[in-house]
Amino acid sequence: MIGVISYLAFFLTIALILAIAVLGLNLQWGFTGLFNGGIVAFFGAGAYGLVLLGGPERVDGFGGFGLPYPVALAGGIVLSGLLALLVGLATTRLRHDYLAIATFGVAIALESVVRNAEYLTGGAKGLRGFARPFESTVANPLAYNLLFLGVVVICLVAVYTFLETLVRSPFGRLLRAVRENERAARSLGKSPPTIRLTSFVLGAMIMGLSGGLYATFYAFISPQDLAPILTFQIWAMLIVGGSGNNRGAILGTLVVWGSWVGSGWLLTAAAPQEWQLYAGSIQYILIGCIIVLTLLARPRGLLPEKLTQMSYKTR
Amino acid sequence: MLQSLFDGILVGSILSLGAIGLTLIMHILRFANFSHAELISLGAYFTLTLDKTITALSSVLASKLPALSVSVSLIIAMLLALLITGIIAAIIDVLVFKRLRDNAGPLTMVFASFGIALIMRNVIGLVYGLKSTHYNSDIAFAMMISADPLLLVKADQLFILALTLVVMVALHLLITKTSLGFALLAISENPTLAQVNGINLAAMVRLAWLLGGALAAIAGVCYALNNQLSPVMGRDLVLSLFAAAIVGGIGSIYGAALGGLIVGLAGSLALVYIPTGYKPAIPFVIILLALYIRPNGLFGQER
Repeated sequence: MIGVISYLAFFLTIALILAIAVLGLNLQWGFTGLFNGGIVAFFGAGAYGLVLLGGPERVDGFGGFGLPYPVALAGGIVLSGLLALLVGLATTRLRHDYLAIATFGVAIALESVVRNAEYLTGGAKGLRGFARPFESTVANPLAYNLLFLGVVVICLVAVYTFLETLVRSPFGRLLRAVRENERAARSLGKSPPTIRLTSFVLGAMIMGLSGGLYATFYAFISPQDLAPILTFQIWAMLIVGGSGNNRGAILGTLVVWGSWVGSGWLLTAAAPQEWQLYAGSIQYILIGCIIVLTLLARPRGLLPEKLTQMSYKTR
Repeated sequence: MLQSLFDGILVGSILSLGAIGLTLIMHILRFANFSHAELISLGAYFTLTLDKTITALSSVLASKLPALSVSVSLIIAMLLALLITGIIAAIIDVLVFKRLRDNAGPLTMVFASFGIALIMRNVIGLVYGLKSTHYNSDIAFAMMISADPLLLVKADQLFILALTLVVMVALHLLITKTSLGFALLAISENPTLAQVNGINLAAMVRLAWLLGGALAAIAGVCYALNNQLSPVMGRDLVLSLFAAAIVGGIGSIYGAALGGLIVGLAGSLALVYIPTGYKPAIPFVIILLALYIRPNGLFGQER
């Protein structure tokens, strides 16, 4: 029983941390129509930023300033935002698929930096020994994990509430205006590039928060955690759930993460020994199929975007 | 330094072939196709299978050309593979991209292309195994062209350079001398006006996929001859291809050819100064510089 609860807590913690990143993507893609092909970069910037600022002092490298947890977490989020600004400033004025290429590139570039810049990031070994907040005061590991799950839920609810308020505000209507008809938005004196940039940076910072929580949970971050597949998983979660709908984004996360973990378990348990090597390939094909088939068969996802009563009245 | 220059031009010419198809599709269909690089892997692996089949059928064709590790059967296999790869590219368009084009925006196609790339790459891994391989296991010896500065060149590399040159010239002739080439150019310049003049858009889109797939397959064979075959070869090249297309200017065939050389040379020369581990990041830096300094590329028009 204890085993089931502790596994469920573990599963939910990871799923809900990823759900935060999916919400960030929903702001970019669902509400603004911005393609982010390198989610993992902003997730990773948040994670590394947190560990470098809040981690223990490193003898052989930069960082480990031991800053208080909230400050370190905020630092990681700001780092994600700055990275988004670098890419966004170059691309939000241009053809829309340039952002896709540039974000895809920034993820590859960041991965090669964290792998190689040992002085800064610990290289392939990653950064260990992060002291999780309050871990010393809660003796029971299960109790600590449940407490941590509670913190993740609070963060998720906070991000959800923030986004729901944002998309219902005048700014949210601007985002959809830019998504639906950029020329019309410009004719009303709005600046689509600025609006797109704002949305992109905000979404990236939410992904940074997700990365920060992820690194906190494992008390460790390494290049292995920044595998490109994460970007595709998060995309699949959003598209399955329904882009443009925050509740759909969370539902999609649970469905896709459940199928990912479930298929992995099934392959380990049922597949013959010589197939184990290819289990990863089969799972990747699964994610690819989820993306392509959802786009073809059910492009609006499980919970499609609700256009509010307001938008009909104002027509 | 001389060696870096040579390697840069060699890699660059391979990138050029891959980038031409990418830039055509990006221009005509207005979407960045992230699965284009997987056609490179596909072409290389099809050639491997066909080469093995032909060699098994006829031992005469298996004999190597003088000084090269390339056999007659490999060349026949490549010609067949480029046809098959082109057709597969066109089929993927009909199955997926065309439907999304009709019902959704270009970014949805970008999105689907990520999914298709993921599927293609891992299916190749399942079918051919995850380990890298070669067309043949013979060791190709390099000739020392000059000792100081050091320049080592393999006969196969000269073959690759000659092959890419021939393909480029053929492409140039296709575009400048045939009505098919004019039609393709017209569609990529101004689709609406071209259709008014009786050019069939659907046929030209098919031609662009066939051409793009075929060029990617040749690039794949060249890359595999120079390095090795591996299921992730497409993934390793995709960002460089985009860099080449952007530097050259989206839609410009000559731009993509030149862009490929620039990206290949920049990548090779940069490694003189920075550690090899950072190599994957170089195309990103080139893309970022191009977008900040000259977003329409060398030969692109403003859109």
